Amino acid sequence: METRIRLTVDGRQRETSVDTRTTLLDLLRERLDVTSPKKGCDHGQCGSCTVLLDGRRHLTCLALAVAYDGSEVVTAAGLTGSEGDDETLHPVQQAFLDHDGYQCGYCTPGQVCSAVGVLRELGEGHPSHVTEDLTGPVAADDDELRERMSGNLCRCGAYPGILAAVREVAGQPAGGIA
Amino acid sequence: MSAVEQPVTPLERDAIRSVGTAHPRVDGPLKVAGRAAYAVEHREAPYDARPLHAWLVQSTVARGRVLAVDAARAVAHPGVVSVLDHTSAPRLQEGEDRELEVLQDDRVDFRGQIVAVVLAETSEAAREAAGLVEVAYDEQSHQAAFEETEDTYEPETVNPEMPARTEEGDVDGALAGAAVVVDATYETPVEHNNPLEPHAAIAHWDGEVLTLADSTQGVHPVAQTLAPLLGLEQAQLHVVAPYVGGGFGSKGVPHAPEMAVVLAAMTQPGRAVRLAVTRQQMFALTGHRTPTRSHFRLGADADGRLVAIEHEVLEPTSRWKEFGEQTAAPTRMMYAARNRRTGHRLVPLDVAVPSWMRAPGEMPGMFAHEVAMDELAVACGLDPIELRVRNEPDVDPETGKPFSRRGLVDCLRRGAERFGWSERPAEARATLEGDWWVGTGVAAATYPAMLNPGNEARISAADGGHYDVAIGAVDIGTGARTVLQQIAADALGVDASCIRLRIADTDLPPATVAGGSSGTASWGAAIVATAQRFRADHGDAPDPGVWTQAEATDAQSEDHALHSFGASFAEVRVHRWTGEVRVPRLLGVYSVGRVINPVTARSQLIGGLVMGMSVGLFEESYRDPRTGHVVTQDLATYHVASHADVRDLQVEWLDEEDPLASPVGGRGIGEIGVVGTAASIANAAFHATGTRVRSIPVTADRFL
Repeated sequence: METRIRLTVDGRQRETSVDTRTTLLDLLRERLDVTSPKKGCDHGQCGSCTVLLDGRRHLTCLALAVAYDGSEVVTAAGLTGSEGDDETLHPVQQAFLDHDGYQCGYCTPGQVCSAVGVLRELGEGHPSHVTEDLTGPVAADDDELRERMSGNLCRCGAYPGILAAVREVAGQPAGGIA
Repeated sequence: MSAVEQPVTPLERDAIRSVGTAHPRVDGPLKVAGRAAYAVEHREAPYDARPLHAWLVQSTVARGRVLAVDAARAVAHPGVVSVLDHTSAPRLQEGEDRELEVLQDDRVDFRGQIVAVVLAETSEAAREAAGLVEVAYDEQSHQAAFEETEDTYEPETVNPEMPARTEEGDVDGALAGAAVVVDATYETPVEHNNPLEPHAAIAHWDGEVLTLADSTQGVHPVAQTLAPLLGLEQAQLHVVAPYVGGGFGSKGVPHAPEMAVVLAAMTQPGRAVRLAVTRQQMFALTGHRTPTRSHFRLGADADGRLVAIEHEVLEPTSRWKEFGEQTAAPTRMMYAARNRRTGHRLVPLDVAVPSWMRAPGEMPGMFAHEVAMDELAVACGLDPIELRVRNEPDVDPETGKPFSRRGLVDCLRRGAERFGWSERPAEARATLEGDWWVGTGVAAATYPAMLNPGNEARISAADGGHYDVAIGAVDIGTGARTVLQQIAADALGVDASCIRLRIADTDLPPATVAGGSSGTASWGAAIVATAQRFRADHGDAPDPGVWTQAEATDAQSEDHALHSFGASFAEVRVHRWTGEVRVPRLLGVYSVGRVINPVTARSQLIGGLVMGMSVGLFEESYRDPRTGHVVTQDLATYHVASHADVRDLQVEWLDEEDPLASPVGGRGIGEIGVVGTAASIANAAFHATGTRVRSIPVTADRFL
């Protein structure tokens, strides 16, 4: 069964008909040729497919596309900006480069989107499993960042570099990975 | 284009300018923006039209014969184009690799084997239809349990071509007279590589040339392996792999899914076919680390000097294709003892074929050896570092050759200093902090410095002082694309910005696999040799258009034992009531020769250490012996280390160079980080609790 839906993907209006079995991830990757979100497990276990869906991080492999008519999707590719003809990187992306927070790069777009979402959640005061004080603002300390990024697996094991990158953008001393 | 053989001389110290500097990863901007194209993401010609989607149908029995494949309901599903089975798939030439004989006969050798392939216009239709294919089997009895069989044999060789058995001196006599004996058995489980990018490929057949964008650790090895089976010349198989989402050995050789997508494409000339293997399917089809059982007997005198080392390994292979992991190989060169024996016996099972997983041999073998050494230290009342120092060999005990560099003691001493080892209580179960038992442990690591023959590079002069450098190497995340540019720059005596490097394409000069920690040394040797020949023939101000293609000879000393070494130090906390295990601190210190790029090297070593911790604490695949099915076939049940598991984790390397091992002076760094790490965790857990754990993963139940 096919249904027509409209999405904004990385700032572009996309209208398409989808098989109602189609996940948002497969719609992006296989129909719209938006391959920045990756498929690592298709079961919501690895985080590689993370995008910002209406401003919040979301696993697109666990989302049926038909349920998101009218939504706004921002992928890692959509986080970049431009200066003249040159592409500019989002501060989180630049920090991943500066701290070598990746190797093969396959989990990276998801890690980047997740990190952007984490920083927003911290700014809005959302608590996590490791937050001690549920009444005040939440500090972007290492425990909070590690906990909140734990839905994004990296088999290359670039976690120390990723942590340093997110720390830096969160305004904490990055510390490096030495 | 044909290559000349060029004896290569190591890069002179004063020529080294870019090598050794922290050059940022050249493909970084593409990766962080998600613009690097992995296998099935290719949309350039000939993949530009809407590809067909292939979906694998797997056997639900562990052994038997396929009686019939009824695809009527599947073919009737909207969008389905065809269903291939063993009666309809294109025929392959005879080969010697049963794993690649996909859909060639009715035999089922293991649960999860490919028995049909569905082709459809969409992935939804292909997947749905795969569930509609009905396969009837003549099921036969199978053996899938390692524990329950006495049917074992000694293979002629173990991976890659090592003797299965070695013996020197009188082991039994020496053990009988030894003051101290450690006699224990150590086990490692089935583990799965699980690169984050599942195995995947997109194939296109135009009737003459088969084009394949593959997720592989070696484009030429894929073409060399598949072409003869397909009855094609190697030039008819064009393989590219510009970006590969990790491999850790599982993408080191082509597996059945690659053959499946190629066969499917050959039934659809002019139409691209894509196959993205699911995470679940990978647990049956793309290789795994075989479980190992290592029986160690160490005999020592009262001062802890080894008089005998015996390491007998028992491990499964698949019955239908032999893979013997070289688990005892590191034991042959690690420590001095006059009397030594190592051996491997295999247990044939009706299971998927084991294959390479990061540091095959060294990872499980050194887990066993290094826990045994810790037990020996305790038995002798010696500090575990001192015990290892006392057993340093003067030459390689296996070959009698001198080591080009034996950095183990330096790694142990530097690590001890940085980790604060001197403050460690000698006794186990000495420190309780709150509800946590706290301990520290150490283990040694080693990995051979391999340099593969069969690599060629091509260097062409371009305009404006630029050079085009080409080699079919693959960057699976190691940083090859970056470090080969640095090596080429120094070999040509120019700035790295003058090098335009092309890799990962069988149209380029041949290259060997990104595996065995051999890539940088092997490909780098070809580039250095080619640069030396190019400069001899064309000088340093060449006319644009001149080129040289060469293969390195004499790239590595044959008169020396060439090995990297390392030491990992772990702090482990074990909860006194729940047994929960945490690793708050992990340090690895390595002797790896010259480091080409400290940025990518650090990430590789950190990544190895993280995977070492992951196998030490979490990773274990469980195969149900009743069905032969791996039930832990996803990332919710097969646990790998996540962000929250990794705390204070540090690596460093000794400042050194080893021109005997490779022309650039490095010995390879991809695998050594995963060696010894799990042993240091198990040893630290013993120090924390007094409970000796002789198998991984070191889970909470061991302490209750």
